[in-house]
Amino acid sequence: MSPSSCSICRFWHSSIGKKLIVALTGLFLVIFLAGHLAGNLLIFQSSSDFNEYAEMLHTALHGWGVWGFRIAMLVALALHIMATVQLTAANRAARATRYQKEATMVASKSSRMMIWSGLTVLVFFVFHILHYTVRVTPELKELAEFGQNWAMAIKGFQNPLVSIFYIIAMALLCSHLSHGVASIFQTLGLRTRKTSGLINMLAKAYSLTIFIGFISIPISVCFFGYGKKELQETEDRIEQAKANGLDTIDSPSSQH
Amino acid sequence: MLNLTLKVWRQQSANSEGRIETYDAHDIPESASFLEMLDIVNERILNDDSGEPIQFDHDCREGICGQCSLTINGIPHSKERGITACQLHMRKFKTGETIWIEPFRAKAFPLLRDLMVDRSAFDRIIGAGGYVSVRTGSAQDANNLPVAKTRADAAMDAAACIGCGACVAACKNASAMLFVSAKAAHLNLLPQGAPEKNKRVLGMVRQMDTEGFGNCTNQYECEAVCPKEISADNIARLNRDYAIAIADEATL
Repeated sequence: MSPSSCSICRFWHSSIGKKLIVALTGLFLVIFLAGHLAGNLLIFQSSSDFNEYAEMLHTALHGWGVWGFRIAMLVALALHIMATVQLTAANRAARATRYQKEATMVASKSSRMMIWSGLTVLVFFVFHILHYTVRVTPELKELAEFGQNWAMAIKGFQNPLVSIFYIIAMALLCSHLSHGVASIFQTLGLRTRKTSGLINMLAKAYSLTIFIGFISIPISVCFFGYGKKELQETEDRIEQAKANGLDTIDSPSSQH
Repeated sequence: MLNLTLKVWRQQSANSEGRIETYDAHDIPESASFLEMLDIVNERILNDDSGEPIQFDHDCREGICGQCSLTINGIPHSKERGITACQLHMRKFKTGETIWIEPFRAKAFPLLRDLMVDRSAFDRIIGAGGYVSVRTGSAQDANNLPVAKTRADAAMDAAACIGCGACVAACKNASAMLFVSAKAAHLNLLPQGAPEKNKRVLGMVRQMDTEGFGNCTNQYECEAVCPKEISADNIARLNRDYAIAIADEATL
């Protein structure tokens, strides 16, 4: 093989190359989270705005947008997970005999459980896709088929087990991000002693924003009954439409 | 005088089974250095004919040579910042304390005996690019090669690395990134080292990977234990330089 044609495999097999891939795919996922949160928060604006947003995502670029994004997301996730699992295995192997007396000077708790917080978030991700994208529960599937994505989201979070798992996963995601976001800067070579304080603050602020933003939804729905009345109305109208043999309902009553 | 209990890693040879043994270190003067304390314990072992003395690496005993390689209570060179184990004084301990003494642990640093490990992996990394291959004839005029003060300072700070391996021993992943990045930076930052920068970075990183060191996870344990307080800024610089070097290699 000529040196140029195997550069990519050399890059993948090198310690720094693999870390650069983790950083770049991590950056993609970090930016995705901000967009995802911004969209989700429309749930508090109005059901019609939220449904319109969901509709826009599915029809963007004649329906190709969502598939383009899903493929990019899967590739980024696959690379991120493959690289980190391999790196972790190599790290374990690099110290065959452990210290009898272990001590830590400065490494944060978050940084030491990255693989576990990451794998938990992965399990959550699979659950989340089955829950809201594939919609394995018939009630949620029906709401989505009637274009009622807002009602579907509310209905999903009314289940306390779902909401509690969601909150736990977001806490671990917050921990994962607090080390991950700061690490992106170091791995891409953008951190110095002068900027490290600012970078750590940015990482903490970002991960907290993501955490509080995302959990605000299950907490308001599950523990404060947000959207209960409107969901009931929507479900009644769906029942009515089904009784009349229709497969759509009028746009929801809330026009605030 | 201090009365201490030592928990010391004892291992006959590279392939034999190791274990922690307990020693009673009584009447240790507070003014003794940590290595002198071990000397006293060893002298007593020899005088009492109570077994083999504890083997440990040491040379200059003034923090320059990088030979001493003790992990003290789980931290290479102890929890005191910016010193080697030989610069540690017994006055930092309290009477009645138990002190755990272990070797620098990493697969790439195979154990030789007791507290001695083989750190020649570092020499092979230097051999893979940690040099400048230019003519070394008579010295040229000092002002021929202007170097900005900030660059000279950064290069000098990186060059302070004594290659002791504490960064590897402290890293949760036994990564050698702080050592490699310091050795690369002190040459890469200067005009004499600049022409071979990409070749050096690729060569040293590849040798580092071959030796079986772990991967950096940006936890900065290395920086915290480094007796010369080498900054992890060098690691960021190496990451950046590696990306540039590999792009350069692929396109040339």
